[in-house]
Amino acid sequence: MSLDQPQLDTSPHVSDEVRKTTCYMCACRCGINVHMKDGKVAYIEGNRDHPVNQGVLCAKGSAGIMQHNAPSRLRAPLRRVGERGSGEFEEISWEEALQTATDWLAPLRANHPEKLAFFTGRDQSQSFTSFWAQGFGTPNYAAHGGFCSVNMAAAGIYTMGGAFWEFGQPDWDHTKLFMLFGVAEDHDSNPIKMGIGKIKARGARIIGVNPIRTGYNAVADDWVGITPGTDGLFILALVHCLMSAGKVDLDYLAQFTNASVLVNEDPKSDQFGLFLRDAAGQPQVIDRRTGQLAPWNGQGVEPDLAATHRAAGITHRPVFHLMADRYLDASYAPEAVADRCGISAQRIRALAADLARVAFDEPVILDRPWTDFRGKKHAQMIGRPVSFHAMRGISAHSNGFQTCRALHMLQILLGAVETPGGMRFKPPYPKPATAHPKPHGKVTAGAALDGPHLGYVHGPEDLLLHDDGSPIRIDKAFSWDNPMSAHGLMHMVISNAHAGDPYKIDTLFMYMANMSWNSSMNVGGVHKMLTDKDENGDYVIPRIIYSDAYSSEMVAYADLILPDTTYLERHDCISLLDRPICEADGVADAIRWPVVEPDRDVRGFQSVLCDLGARLGLPGFVNDDGSAKYKDYADYITNHIRRPGIGPLAGFRGADGKAEGRGAANPDQLQNYIDNGGFWIAHVPENCAYYKPFSAEYQDWAVKMGFYDVVQPYIFQLYVEPLRKFQAAAEGKGHRQPPDHLRGQIKATMDPLPIWYPPFEDGHVDPMEYPVHALTQRPMAMYHSWGTQNAWLRQIHGHNPLYVPTKIWDQHGFKDGDWARVTSAHGSITVPVALQAALNENTVWTWNAIGKRKGAWALDEKAPEATKGFLLNHLIHELLPPRGDGLRWANSDPVTGQAAWFDLRVKIEKSGIPNEAQPIMPAITSPVPQGPKDIAWTSRK
Amino acid sequence: MHPAKSVIIFTTFSGLGFGLLFWLGIGAITPTGWMAFVWFTIAYLAAVGGLLASTFHLGRPERAIKAFSQWQTSWLSREGICAVATLLVMAVYGAGLVFFDRVLAPLGWIGALGALATVFTTSMIYAQLKTVPRWRHWSTPALFLTLSVGGGALLAGQVTEALVLLALAAGLQVYGWITGDTALARSGTDMATATGLGHIGTVRAFEPPHTGTNYLMREFIHVVGRKHAQALRVIAAVLAFVLPVVFLLLPFSHIWGALALVSHIAGVLVLRWLFFAQAEHVVGLYYGKR
Amino acid sequence: MTQLPASTAKKLGLVIDLDTCVGCHACVISCKGWNTENYGAPLSDQDAYGANPSGTFLNRVHSYEVQPEAGTAQLIHFPKSCLHCDDAPCVTVCPTGASYKRVEDGIVLVNESDCIGCGLCAWACPYGARELDAKEGVMKKCTLCVDRIYNENLPEEDRVPACVRTCPAGARHFGDLGDAESEVSQLVAARGGFDLMPEQGTKPVNKYLPPRPKDVAPEFDVLAPFLDPVATDGKGFAHWLDKALSALPGGAK
Ligand SMILES: Nc1nc2c(c(=O)[nH]1)N[C@H]1C(S)=C(S)[C@@H](COP(=O)(O)OP(=O)(O)OC[C@H]3O[C@@H](n4cnc5c(=O)[nH]c(N)nc54)[C@H](O)[C@@H]3O)O[C@H]1N2
Ligand SMILES: Nc1nc2c(c(=O)[nH]1)N[C@H]1C(S)=C(S)[C@@H](COP(=O)(O)OP(=O)(O)OC[C@H]3O[C@@H](n4cnc5c(=O)[nH]c(N)nc54)[C@H](O)[C@@H]3O)O[C@H]1N2
Ligand code: SF4
Ligand code: SF4
Ligand code: SF4
Ligand code: SF4
Ligand code: SF4
Ligand SMILES: [Mo]
Repeated sequence: MSLDQPQLDTSPHVSDEVRKTTCYMCACRCGINVHMKDGKVAYIEGNRDHPVNQGVLCAKGSAGIMQHNAPSRLRAPLRRVGERGSGEFEEISWEEALQTATDWLAPLRANHPEKLAFFTGRDQSQSFTSFWAQGFGTPNYAAHGGFCSVNMAAAGIYTMGGAFWEFGQPDWDHTKLFMLFGVAEDHDSNPIKMGIGKIKARGARIIGVNPIRTGYNAVADDWVGITPGTDGLFILALVHCLMSAGKVDLDYLAQFTNASVLVNEDPKSDQFGLFLRDAAGQPQVIDRRTGQLAPWNGQGVEPDLAATHRAAGITHRPVFHLMADRYLDASYAPEAVADRCGISAQRIRALAADLARVAFDEPVILDRPWTDFRGKKHAQMIGRPVSFHAMRGISAHSNGFQTCRALHMLQILLGAVETPGGMRFKPPYPKPATAHPKPHGKVTAGAALDGPHLGYVHGPEDLLLHDDGSPIRIDKAFSWDNPMSAHGLMHMVISNAHAGDPYKIDTLFMYMANMSWNSSMNVGGVHKMLTDKDENGDYVIPRIIYSDAYSSEMVAYADLILPDTTYLERHDCISLLDRPICEADGVADAIRWPVVEPDRDVRGFQSVLCDLGARLGLPGFVNDDGSAKYKDYADYITNHIRRPGIGPLAGFRGADGKAEGRGAANPDQLQNYIDNGGFWIAHVPENCAYYKPFSAEYQDWAVKMGFYDVVQPYIFQLYVEPLRKFQAAAEGKGHRQPPDHLRGQIKATMDPLPIWYPPFEDGHVDPMEYPVHALTQRPMAMYHSWGTQNAWLRQIHGHNPLYVPTKIWDQHGFKDGDWARVTSAHGSITVPVALQAALNENTVWTWNAIGKRKGAWALDEKAPEATKGFLLNHLIHELLPPRGDGLRWANSDPVTGQAAWFDLRVKIEKSGIPNEAQPIMPAITSPVPQGPKDIAWTSRK
Repeated sequence: MHPAKSVIIFTTFSGLGFGLLFWLGIGAITPTGWMAFVWFTIAYLAAVGGLLASTFHLGRPERAIKAFSQWQTSWLSREGICAVATLLVMAVYGAGLVFFDRVLAPLGWIGALGALATVFTTSMIYAQLKTVPRWRHWSTPALFLTLSVGGGALLAGQVTEALVLLALAAGLQVYGWITGDTALARSGTDMATATGLGHIGTVRAFEPPHTGTNYLMREFIHVVGRKHAQALRVIAAVLAFVLPVVFLLLPFSHIWGALALVSHIAGVLVLRWLFFAQAEHVVGLYYGKR
Repeated sequence: MTQLPASTAKKLGLVIDLDTCVGCHACVISCKGWNTENYGAPLSDQDAYGANPSGTFLNRVHSYEVQPEAGTAQLIHFPKSCLHCDDAPCVTVCPTGASYKRVEDGIVLVNESDCIGCGLCAWACPYGARELDAKEGVMKKCTLCVDRIYNENLPEEDRVPACVRTCPAGARHFGDLGDAESEVSQLVAARGGFDLMPEQGTKPVNKYLPPRPKDVAPEFDVLAPFLDPVATDGKGFAHWLDKALSALPGGAK
């Protein structure tokens, strides 16, 4: 029978216009299509043409419309009127705000530039903000990398010129076995999910190494529920198995790594442990053709992995020998590590065998001829289709740097870096440590700093120390405490500034980091430091300027607030000079542009810096006549020239906009980007899509594109000589040596070959008293603290239980709805618990940054985020508990200073059910009204 | 299921009202003049009041009229039609008694049938639902009918009939409880079939889709503690059946009659609360809740 | 009109791959975003910034922990929206005819202007796929993006449901499950796609692909040949190294 169903319009009007820009809800930086209806944002979807996300979009990105319209948006510049921390402000004009800032900062620059500490969060304009700080002349600049994942970045750069995410990615199209270490989400959010999808579609395998089985680890074919902090040991056991079975790519190792480079073997020599170098300073190898010494990069040279060399009575052995000595040792045998890792020896062998099988019995071979830097022609590209990805799970530990080194070494031993099916670099990477700047810290009153703040040190001589050995930087980066702190130590700034150690500062200027909440350890302590007053009743940290776009917990602790726009209301550039969005097959950058105009008295922070820079007369921000150089950030993006022909954006350069990579400024560049969908991409030539560090073709292309100015092929550094130099200094060699209390630590931890040592906390707190590891994970549908103001996302993650494994659950007789008191050596919290069976039996965890402070984010004070939600941060301290040696050791990696979030040990006991999660903090007064009760979001009237 | 006041009141009083109309219709009592007016007012107040109450749980009551259109498939639609038809027929029948002292017997009988049909269709709205195994059982309509007619009899002072019907209803209710308590288990629907993951192992809900609540949880997930439920069942049985029977067996007096009625109504309200509160909707399985 | 069509020309629906879904909720939000702006009334949120936020969603992602007889527990993310059942009880119970199943493609829809918000359809749905919007008072459900899949104003490749287009892992597939040759039908056949609550007799069109077996021990011998120690001959690693190297291309000198 015919049914009288309603006639539907199946082709309704979708939008008046689509504006293509870049998402901001995480550092993945996907391309988005913003659908506009009568001037309003109607719908946001992924941009299909964009190299990063190819059309897909995550929950945060799709919820961008609620982010952009959040009631928590700041409305105008604010001046503090109440006590710091009270949240009492008055709205002021921009002129007033900028004048105030200028009055505070100008005298500092004239006399003591270092008294300004300028630190920024996860924004992606660091090449710009650092340029500003450099102009100001303070050495105290860094972004958030120090508490994020510098271990991964630094280990990757020092070892092979790049790590994962921004630097590289698995060869998703060819890999047959994908092994994931310590990742819940990562910055590469969408690409990893797309990659996992590709692998699954091909029926290839995924192994997840993680104490917790959720998300990526839930879809992994095999789950290795490792004991936190022991990955290095596990990886080195795999190395042990592979080496003793000879399942390593000797050909690859000999040609493309320093396994063949000769090392001084004489403990008495001052060159002990350093490379044998020729007059030109080039590390030496034995050429298998001649049996004679040759520079590693000599034309036609065939480096020998086996041959040793004796000169002037000193034996020199290739790095590979040292590796054999170390890793073939029984102490790395699966049986020896199994218990500590919580993985059976049998399982470790099975995994090693799996790696070996896939790498060597199922190679991926592409018939693409290529030429290496020694002039040697290769007919094919032979791939070892085993790929790895790892992030904070292995990096956010005090042994993270060496663990990340170990993982890179494992990839290299398998010949699985920059070969088909393995790990691939994303241009402008690979880029060896030697191609990066060194850190600079020479302060001159009234003048710019002598160079870029952050970089890579190659020995004690590069540290930023005063003659008396005291640190030049407020965060003690590049000091003996953590010599290779390539990203600085944002997490130490507040406590050091408060302690006046190494010196007092005047103004703390922060941008986009919720430092009084989820990005700080020891939250309560930080609140005290920020509000503490000296005997004269003045704040110990005299002035705090902060830029945020929303009513976050940090706002309440600043004296002057510079309100930013939302990501849809401003210009931004995702630059090759900074943290690029490139893919392995192409170099790309992108922009944001105001797809809507702000309806509040707010300004893009970068434009504000241009203005402030001009008012302060910073070099690079004023013309010769002293007038402002840049009208706003858009003007800077278009016209700033970093090196001849090189600007913030690499696409559409030159007067005609036809040039790529290098070229003169193009007045229409931003419009060209907009017309191109908000991004630019140039593809890597096919014949150098792999072997990038070694490929002559790639090197030429890289120079053409302006990544660097001269070709600079290199080989992977399994043995990192700079580490050895610090070790040598600690042993008493050289003129620049560490203070005695640090010698032991440096000797032990700065080993030139990857090692494992137990997380520091294990040595400072009693593992018997605190037997449980406590971790956090990123929820895929939340971005740190700022997802909470999003009415859609907060319904998915409105509060966070502590997940407890079956063993502990039964031990304490927990039931659904129970609460527990969780105590660390530092503090204690009382929180709701929930059961999870697929969890390492000695580990508890919760979602990160769900807990919120009452009064923040324009939420009701009774919001579940504030009453049931909680932070683990209350239990973590930036310093380890005293252990009677009269010293307080930092809770961070001794090499890079990375915050050791995941070393945390706790004990747990059943508690009564309180009416709110503990500790309860007093509410802060909100600078914005609370959001509306009910909403029905639509652009329709 | 969420025990919504509106629906509890609706089923209780419209049941009672149509029960009374049934007895009036078959001429068990044939009052005339203003006495008839009183009787019919009582019946209509109960029946119509109940129906009106039922519209309170509508999201769009103003469109209620549309609910009459789908009698071919929808028990809810059928109920509406039966109810209105019955009320119209009985109005004419009533008018006959009130104004003309005339018993239009055929109309009465039609009305009486209509009343039964109305109660039956109401019960089928619940009994039809596969998603609520406890309701999907012949005892549901049987119970609705006996309670309605029994209550009606009580109201209409049909003592013997009332005694018989209440006893019957009591029996049905107990039987209903016994079978109902195992209905979900017997339905073959569980977390394994809900998720299709049973072949891997035992399925347990881990994280709910949202940490907050939602319409489904509010509507379908209502857990009554076992002890609590047992106590309520006893109270309900005593109020709805035991006391009224006792009162009726006592030497007749209008006080006892009234008390019997009041106690019965109170009892049925509790019964209906349990009817909903104890009903397990299979959607609960997706939330790991029964 | 709440009679179900005897048959539908097509059976459009979704195939959801439980082996691939990482539980990211992208589909949940893109669904909310598209549907609050398009078909019917906006999807409202109550107490949006308050103590008890609760809104209307047409697609929600559950997660389940499954404990096998032996071995470690597994975690499975489980997206769920309307399954566009062939024998849709939600349709037949509807008193107003607001609920209906389209003859041309089998999509089950609510005609909001006829809906009285009685909630009975939600009661009849075993899957919790219908939510009464608290602000609008009408029943909301997955429309299979009927206003996208035929939409002439969208580029060809975008004429798919919002949730499918956005799914980063590619765990959601859209197509005609009535056509045995269609990609989705092939996928279902190849991977053993299954119905939710088959015993309810709703004959869902949407299918779920089961997770692949997890944590299966390798069937090969983990030692030989893959991990045979090379240096068992007593002469040690260095000796093996020489041998191994001479076997390399350009070796043997
Ligand atoms: N949705 C969303 N995406 C984000 C963010 C967000 O807030 N939300 N934040 C962004 C930022 S700033 C960052 S730094 C990245 C971080 O991305 P991830 O590196 O994924 O960081 P986490 O979420 O902290 O996950 C750490 C993982 O490591 C595991 N783990 C902890 N200790 C160990 C260990 O000892 N061994 C092993 N094998 N695993 C361990 C934890 O169980 C967890 O799964 O994510 C970025 N992307
Ligand atoms: N326990 C535990 N703690 C952790 C971690 C962990 O794994 N476990 N992870 C650590 C890591 S890796 C990181 S990166 C940090 C992240 O911690 P944070 O860097 O503090 O990250 P958010 O919470 O996103 O805070 C960023 C701030 O930027 C503001 N903001 C958002 N958009 C804009 C904008 O457009 N302009 C401006 N000016 N401001 C904006 C937000 O309102 C918020 O106040 O957390 C760290 N803390
Ligand atoms: S991953 Fe999500 S939040 Fe991050 S940039 Fe992409 S869409 Fe935005
Ligand atoms: S978007 Fe895809 S991967 Fe994410 S939850 Fe939905 S179905 Fe799963
Ligand atoms: S899933 Fe529920 S709402 Fe959808 S068709 Fe089936 S029964 Fe109806
Ligand atoms: S809620 Fe609307 S669609 Fe559902 S049954 Fe009632 S009238 Fe029909
Ligand atoms: S098909 Fe459309 S309506 Fe249905 S779940 Fe997907 S996005 Fe939502
Ligand atoms: Mo981070």
